[in-house]
Amino acid sequence: MAEQTQNYAPGAHPDLPPPRSEVGVIGWLYKNLFSTPLNTVLTLASLYIVYLLVPPVINWAILDADWIGDTREACSREGACWVFIKVWFKQLMYGRYPVEELWRINLAYIIGVAGIAALLIPSVPYKSYIGAFMLFIFPIVAYFLFVGDSFGLMWVETPLWGGLFLTLVIAITGIVASLPIGIVLALGRRSQMPVVKALCIAFIELWRGVPLITVLFMASVMFPLFMPEGMTFDKLLRALIGVMLFSAAYMAEVIRGGLQAIPKGQYEAAEALGLSFWKMMGLIILPQALKLVIPGIVNTFIGLFKDTTLVLIIGLFDFLGMSQLASTNPNWLGFSVEGYAFCAFVFWCFCFGMSRYSMHLEKELHTGH
Amino acid sequence: MEEVEVSRHSDKEMVVSEDVMIELKAMHKWYGEFHVLKNIDLTVHKGERIVICGPSGSGKSTLIRCINRLEEHQQGQIIVEGTELTGDLKHIEIIRRDVGMLFQHFNLFPHLTVLENCALAPIWVRKMPRGEAEKIGMKYLERVRIPEQAHKYPGQLSGGQQQRVAIARSLCMSPKVMLFDEPTSALDPEMIKEVLDVMVELAEEGMTMLCVTHEMGFAKTVANRVIFMDDGEIIEENEPQEFFNNPQNDRTKLFLSQILQH
Repeated sequence: MAEQTQNYAPGAHPDLPPPRSEVGVIGWLYKNLFSTPLNTVLTLASLYIVYLLVPPVINWAILDADWIGDTREACSREGACWVFIKVWFKQLMYGRYPVEELWRINLAYIIGVAGIAALLIPSVPYKSYIGAFMLFIFPIVAYFLFVGDSFGLMWVETPLWGGLFLTLVIAITGIVASLPIGIVLALGRRSQMPVVKALCIAFIELWRGVPLITVLFMASVMFPLFMPEGMTFDKLLRALIGVMLFSAAYMAEVIRGGLQAIPKGQYEAAEALGLSFWKMMGLIILPQALKLVIPGIVNTFIGLFKDTTLVLIIGLFDFLGMSQLASTNPNWLGFSVEGYAFCAFVFWCFCFGMSRYSMHLEKELHTGH
Repeated sequence: MEEVEVSRHSDKEMVVSEDVMIELKAMHKWYGEFHVLKNIDLTVHKGERIVICGPSGSGKSTLIRCINRLEEHQQGQIIVEGTELTGDLKHIEIIRRDVGMLFQHFNLFPHLTVLENCALAPIWVRKMPRGEAEKIGMKYLERVRIPEQAHKYPGQLSGGQQQRVAIARSLCMSPKVMLFDEPTSALDPEMIKEVLDVMVELAEEGMTMLCVTHEMGFAKTVANRVIFMDDGEIIEENEPQEFFNNPQNDRTKLFLSQILQH
């Protein structure tokens, strides 16, 4: 081509456009999919696999599925029976929470969603007040709404709680509590004070070393044996504390990884300016360390969110538990696949949302170093 | 090593007062079994500009890092402005507030903007309102000639600019002494001068300075005393003129011949 062979005087070389094969759709396709014979074969094979898998799934889930009706008899077609989900929807969402009290849960949802949305949308003012409200006041409001027994609200005992509502209660409590506890444990593990350090190591290793199922069993079966007679703790509360401490131990190690990545010079600069230990940690070290381990933190959050399904084994009917319960109902036998598929979809939405938000956060906090 | 040319910016006389700023008495420090600092006696008066030089591993950085307790000494006394450095956190805080420090690798806080870097300590240590702290931050950024970078992050600046921001950040605490730990060693040659220039101005304004550096041009122009350390001891100290032209100790001579030949 003419422009490539042309010679320019030194210092007079203009900026030329890149070669045609490097840009545009054709360039992209060629470079990424068909650059070598092997790549071409792999691309075609992948397309064939997609062709084999996707249409049947779409047929089952959408085209051949039953959507209308209220009874099992409505499900006569080959595809999925979404009627099953429709009939059991209330139980899947709220468990056995009294129907006339459901507004309490919905109200808390609305406040929660509005608060979180306000925090996530950059243009909303008074972020610190909203954040403080969500962190300190909202849990109290939600507690009184859910439990009741005061302010003229009916008492709803926790065995009636269930479905996605219960899953969210356990997951959010675990997530919100595990971060600060994890930070304290991580700092403690790096402390110069031998007793603090030993306690934190012991705590972390103990909780990390046992399966969550064991923790939950201990909380629901063993723990009451050690309590003085007549003293009882709510089973849900015990499970919550178990989940919280369990995930805090994991969180502590993630955060410790971040703390170790901060160069010594940052500590020295903060100390040389006269910052005290807690100010140094809060203003200099932790903001950087936490930012570094956002992927790890969100990983732990997502793991925790899904691990909450284990509470089924101590007789709490969370989202997944409720859908299993529904599919063992004599009238609705044989629809467990629909239940699992629906659960998987909802869980995926939550987890994917967290993952996307963490990616957004990483990008926003990146300051070019 | 190529000597960077350093010149004075004004003919203001740099006065040394009689007041004692820092006093080190028979100070020793060990790293485990290793005796890093041996029987250091040093008195720094207000307004002095002391350059500490010596081969690497001679303990010169450790010495100035002891003065604001980034390193702990095990024997002897360090007294800064009448306050003795002990394990007492109160004393350490008081001293750190008044002692500024510059590092070889700048150590700016990468998650904060340049201005936030400057305003942080005045706000959280001196309890100054944010607006006032930022005003002071801007004032010193102007003095180190980079006010236009105030809202950038340190990662977006060159090494020389970062070190000047670090100087501004220290000055925001209105320190009475400044410690420099090889402030130009990590810089590209063309940036060394812009940092040295700011340091010369500081000296001319009467700042008490302790500077570990290999910039002999700076020592000749600005210092009123040069200290040579080797193997954890102060081997020789003298006025720059005498120190460079007429070194007494053999080790000093060897060091100077190595560092000044090119």
